[in-house]
Amino acid sequence: MISRRDFLQASMAASAVVGASGFGNWARLAAQQALTQDQLLEFDTFGNVSLIHVTDIHAQLKPIYFREPEMNLGVGDNRGLVPHVTGAEFRRLYGIDDGSPSHYALTYDDFTALAREYGRMGGMDRVATVVKAIRAARPDALLLDGGDTWHGSYTCFHTQGGDMVNVMNALAPDAMTFHWEFTLGQDRVRELVDGLPYAALGQNIFDAMWDEPAEHFKPYELFERGGTLIAVIGQAFPYMPIANPGWMFPDYTFGIRDENMAAMVEEVRGQGAELVVVLSHNGFDVDKKMAATVPGIDVILSGHTHDALPEPVLVGETIVVASGSNGKFVSRVDLDVRDGRMMGFRHKLIPVFADVIEPDAEMAAVIDEQRAPFEAELTEVIGKTESLLYRRGNFNGTWDDLICDALLAERDAEIAMSPGVRWGPSLIPGQDITREDIWNVTSMTYPNAYRTEMTGEFLHVVLEDVADNLFNVDPYYQQGGDMVRTGGLGYRIDVTKEQGDRITDMTLLATGEPIDPARSYVVAGWASVNEGTEGPPIWEVVESHIRKQGTVSVGQNDSVTVVGA
Amino acid sequence: MIFSRRETLALGLGAAALGVLPFRVNAATEDAIAEFAGGADVGEGGITLIAPEIAENGNTVPIEVDAPGATEVMVLAAGNPLPGVATFKFGPLAGSQHASTRIRLAGTQDVIAVAKMADGSVVQTSALVKVTIGGCGG
Repeated sequence: MISRRDFLQASMAASAVVGASGFGNWARLAAQQALTQDQLLEFDTFGNVSLIHVTDIHAQLKPIYFREPEMNLGVGDNRGLVPHVTGAEFRRLYGIDDGSPSHYALTYDDFTALAREYGRMGGMDRVATVVKAIRAARPDALLLDGGDTWHGSYTCFHTQGGDMVNVMNALAPDAMTFHWEFTLGQDRVRELVDGLPYAALGQNIFDAMWDEPAEHFKPYELFERGGTLIAVIGQAFPYMPIANPGWMFPDYTFGIRDENMAAMVEEVRGQGAELVVVLSHNGFDVDKKMAATVPGIDVILSGHTHDALPEPVLVGETIVVASGSNGKFVSRVDLDVRDGRMMGFRHKLIPVFADVIEPDAEMAAVIDEQRAPFEAELTEVIGKTESLLYRRGNFNGTWDDLICDALLAERDAEIAMSPGVRWGPSLIPGQDITREDIWNVTSMTYPNAYRTEMTGEFLHVVLEDVADNLFNVDPYYQQGGDMVRTGGLGYRIDVTKEQGDRITDMTLLATGEPIDPARSYVVAGWASVNEGTEGPPIWEVVESHIRKQGTVSVGQNDSVTVVGA
Repeated sequence: MIFSRRETLALGLGAAALGVLPFRVNAATEDAIAEFAGGADVGEGGITLIAPEIAENGNTVPIEVDAPGATEVMVLAAGNPLPGVATFKFGPLAGSQHASTRIRLAGTQDVIAVAKMADGSVVQTSALVKVTIGGCGG
C-alpha cells in the first residue's frame, strides 16, 4: 500500500513527473464543517492542459445517496491495494477524519447518520456547475465521459437513452466511451452515436464479422489544447457480450486488445501527440495492468468498477485516475506538458455535495424537461423503508436482499439470484420508496424475472464461474462486477482458491440442509443474458412485493461466509 | 407449478457443457508437439499468439499467430477432444509468417502455437482462453 507521502516520492523518483493532489485540502476543510462551493472547487490552475473526467453516471440526473462498499476485496498482486481498501483503513490511508464529509463521501460506515448530516450527492445540474467553474479557469479544458451514461433510470429506459444524450449534449463533453449503452441495442446505439456532437471512442470496438475496427467508433481523437496536441484513446468495456446480452449487439466484438492499444499509442505519437490519455471502461485493476503492459500512456481515466480515489495511482509513469460513479464526483487533472512529455500533474477528486454546490440553472431546466413527461410515474410512492437500502459490496447488499426476497415470494422459488452489478443508489431509513427508486436499482433492457430449475451441481458451477470473474488473480480475466447475490442459498467462499474450489458448504437456507448436487431446485432470477428469457420485468416483481409489505425492513444477512479476505 | 420450456432458457444454459477446471497441457498435446519438433528442443520467444483472454463465443474464437522466419506453425487446443487445430506452412516466397483463423474451444483451456524455424529450431507459446457463462459487470 502506498501512503500519500510515499506516492509523491515514488512519482518523483520514478520520473520527472511531479504530482500533487488537492484532496488533503477538501478533507481538512470538511473536517472544519465549513464546506462551501468555493472551497470544493478551489484549485490552483497548473500547467497547460486540464482534463475533466466523469464516468458511470448511470443516468442519475438528480442528487442521490450512494453508499460506498464495505467489502471490495483485491486478489493476487492487488490484494490490500487501493481501491481494495475500505472503511476506517481507507480513511487512515488518506488521512480522512472520522465523521467528516469525506468520510461520508468515500467510505461506508455510519452512512445513515452522515447522510442525514451531509445530504445527497451528485445531480447533473451540480456537475454542470463544477464543469463550468473549471472551464472558467481553463476555457479549453477537455471534458471526457467514461461511459455507463445512457443507462440506469426510469426516464433513461423510457427515452432509450435520449434523456441522457440531451443532458450530456448540454454539458458538451469532448469524447466518450461505452458499456451499458450497447444494451440499448445496436441500432439505437448507432442512431444516438450518429447524432453526437462529440467523439464516440473505442479502440477495442471491432466489427464481429470482419474482426476489424468498427465503423461507428473511432479508436482515438486528437485535440489541440494549450498549444499541446493531445490524443484521447477510447477503451470500451472489454467483456460486453459476456457480461451483457451479446444478442443485442451482434455486429460488435470487443476484448482488451492491448496489442492494438499499443499500436494506437504508437500511431498517435507518430502524429505528434505530446500527451496520450486513455478514456477507459476497463475497471481499475485492468487499467493498472494495461498501464504496466502498454508503454507510452500518460493518463488513464478509469471507469467501470465505480471506485472513487482521492489521488491518482502511479504505474510506472502513467497516472490512473478513478472518479467514482452516479455523479458523486468530478475529477480535475491539470497537466504540465512540455517537450513532448508529461512533466507533472495536479489532481483533485471534487465531491459533488448537492447541498453545497449550487445547481446550474440552465442544466436544471434541461433535466426538468426530460423528467416532466414522467413526473407522475416517477414520484408515485410504493412503500417506505425502515432499513438502509444499498447495493455496493462484493456480496449481498440490502437492496439485493430485498430484491431476492421479492423473487422468492412473488415467483414462488426456493432460491433467488440477482446480478452483482455495481450501480444503484441507496435509500436511508425513513425514506419513501418511489417507483423511481425501484427503477434506479433495476432498470435495464433485459429485465425478465425468469423461473427455472437448476440442479445443485449447476448452481455450484454458476457460483464458481461468477466468482472467477471477480477473484481471478489476473485482472485481464476479471469482468468487474460483484458476486451474484443469492436469496435462500448460503455458501462459503475462499477468495484465495482457484475456480472450482472457492465455493463450499452450499446450504438451502429454508431447511438448513446442504445443497444436493443431484437435486433440482426452483430458482428465480433476472438479468439473464440469454435471448428469449421470459417472465415479468423485475421492477414489477419488486414493486408488487414492496406494496404488499408497505414498510420494508431488511435484516442482517450472514448467509455468505467469506474466507481469505 | 407450470413453467414453459422457454422459461427454462434462463441463466447460462450454455454453461451446462462447461467443465470447471481449465484444460492445460496433456499427453496428447505433448505427443503432438514432440512429433512436430522432430527431436529438436522446444524453446521460447520469436513467436506471438494473440487470443482473447475471455472468449465471447467458444464456438468461434479468433486467434492470430506471428512467427517471423518460420517455415511451419502448428496450433493446438489442449482441451479439445482432438487438440490439433491447424498447421500453417510458409514457403520461401511468403511475405510474412503470419496467420489468423477462428477456432472452436470446448471449454477454458490453453491454446498453444509451435513454430519451426528455417534452421530447424522450434519455439512455442501459449495463451489461456477462458470460456465462461458470463455475469454482470458494473
